[in-house]
Amino acid sequence: MKRREVIQSLLAGSAVAGLGGCAAMGATPSSAKVVVVGGGYGGATTAKYVRMLSDYSIDVVLIEPESRFVSCPMSNLVVGGVKQLADITSPYDALKSRHGVTIVRDRVASVDIQKKTVTLATGSSIRYDKLVLAPGVDLQFDRVQGLGPAQASGRILQAWKAGPETAALFRQIQAMRDGGVFAIAIPEAPYRCPPGPYERVSLVAAYLKKNKPRSKVLILDANQDVTSKGTLFKKAWSELYPGMVEFRGQHKAVAVDAQALTVKFELQEDVTADVLNLLPPMRAADLVVQTGLANANGRWSLVDFRSFESTAAPDVHVIGDSIQVAPQMPKSGHMANSQAKVAAAAIVAALKDLAPNPQPMLTNTCYSFVSPEEAIHVASVHEYVAAEKTFKPVAGSGGVSAARSELEATYATGWARNIWADTLG
Amino acid sequence: MDRSNRHQARWFIVGGLALLTGGVAGAQTAQELHLRSLAATCANCHGTEGRAVPGTDLPSLAQLPREYIVAQMQAFRDGKRPATVMHQLAKGYSNQQIDALAGYFAGLK
Repeated sequence: MKRREVIQSLLAGSAVAGLGGCAAMGATPSSAKVVVVGGGYGGATTAKYVRMLSDYSIDVVLIEPESRFVSCPMSNLVVGGVKQLADITSPYDALKSRHGVTIVRDRVASVDIQKKTVTLATGSSIRYDKLVLAPGVDLQFDRVQGLGPAQASGRILQAWKAGPETAALFRQIQAMRDGGVFAIAIPEAPYRCPPGPYERVSLVAAYLKKNKPRSKVLILDANQDVTSKGTLFKKAWSELYPGMVEFRGQHKAVAVDAQALTVKFELQEDVTADVLNLLPPMRAADLVVQTGLANANGRWSLVDFRSFESTAAPDVHVIGDSIQVAPQMPKSGHMANSQAKVAAAAIVAALKDLAPNPQPMLTNTCYSFVSPEEAIHVASVHEYVAAEKTFKPVAGSGGVSAARSELEATYATGWARNIWADTLG
Repeated sequence: MDRSNRHQARWFIVGGLALLTGGVAGAQTAQELHLRSLAATCANCHGTEGRAVPGTDLPSLAQLPREYIVAQMQAFRDGKRPATVMHQLAKGYSNQQIDALAGYFAGLK
């Protein structure tokens, strides 16, 4: 028996006892040392690493409404018809069976930062010593006139939170006429996954080139230029999909006509498409805003980067896409996973009365497929700079791919399988 | 002061520390926790505790010889070992951090 298994088996009994004997049969515990809200890259990793780094001595409850994890990274391969939703979906079982995390399948309705409780949508409350909020972003459909109803009816999809919409967007593209226009509207940065829209464009173009070669892919970007890996993406588009992909910068969408699939912009002329994928502006998830933690322009959460503790509430940590980022820190799954480990170690240190880490580190590696066969990356290493109270990229480190390659596509797939295991396994 | 020396005061962890991670639950020191946290920055690609998912073309780091890890990281940084991404990531870590990481991964059971 490995050490971890020995410890787990030793602690199994006490964990149940510590939860008032109600941990069995999926009942909701009334308290936990650490409560994590959100089972994405940030939250699931935090839950696992608090358990691991405390040698399985700190009890953790993870609250997540979905029964399975669906990865946003790799989801553009589903949009492009290369993979199925099942290929990017993983169970949460190992967090429970291997790491002893108590998983509560529910939504959080509210947080009381004075009483240190979270109240679930189904009514019960859980008291915490440390709370970790990792609910991701919410899309602000109301910022684009007409988008709310168009989204609700399924006419205009976002497919930015991976799930059924991801597969539905592929079906729209599949049903499009040859010679049609697929248009994607991109909000002003910051938004979740900076290179994601351009990867989507690449994979949709690959599908259309093969199946509907007279079609066009139109990028309607609120930003001036491609916001990530621009040179590599543009080279791929011109070489792999000549004449098919068109980039239009400074196109900030303000309204849609869902019936005609026409987008109106702040400054530029209207555009009509056959399939319209409209990404509205994003902000910290509603729960973070409602809890009063979106203290950066009412949109993102400011944190102490040594621990990712909110600057607005003690013992509440915010990680992942909800935070006000440090310089050159992307809102990515890899970054959320990295932040989770810093937060987990800080939480373990605080609960064990150990000195906090004076110099936490973060890494980020974002792969993007430019075709089903080839990929590119951007990578960075970030160190905490005490004098400036923020993370900064380590001078001389990081960078982008020298060129797109099949080897990087192999590594992209390997990256996904390993980070899924690191997050959930 | 260059990067290789900058964290010397903080990263005084020696190879024997990895052995301590095998100790009794709850007995870990702050330095040990910080090292495990640093090593977790490799786990996204190389697997939790240095054990990569088999068949993913990414090497496991657990139980690799300490000298080998240090030499490879140095070769990535110097450009002597060709890479797609590791030369960019290796430059983000100081000599002391690399040494501590190598000791940690070499010492994993």
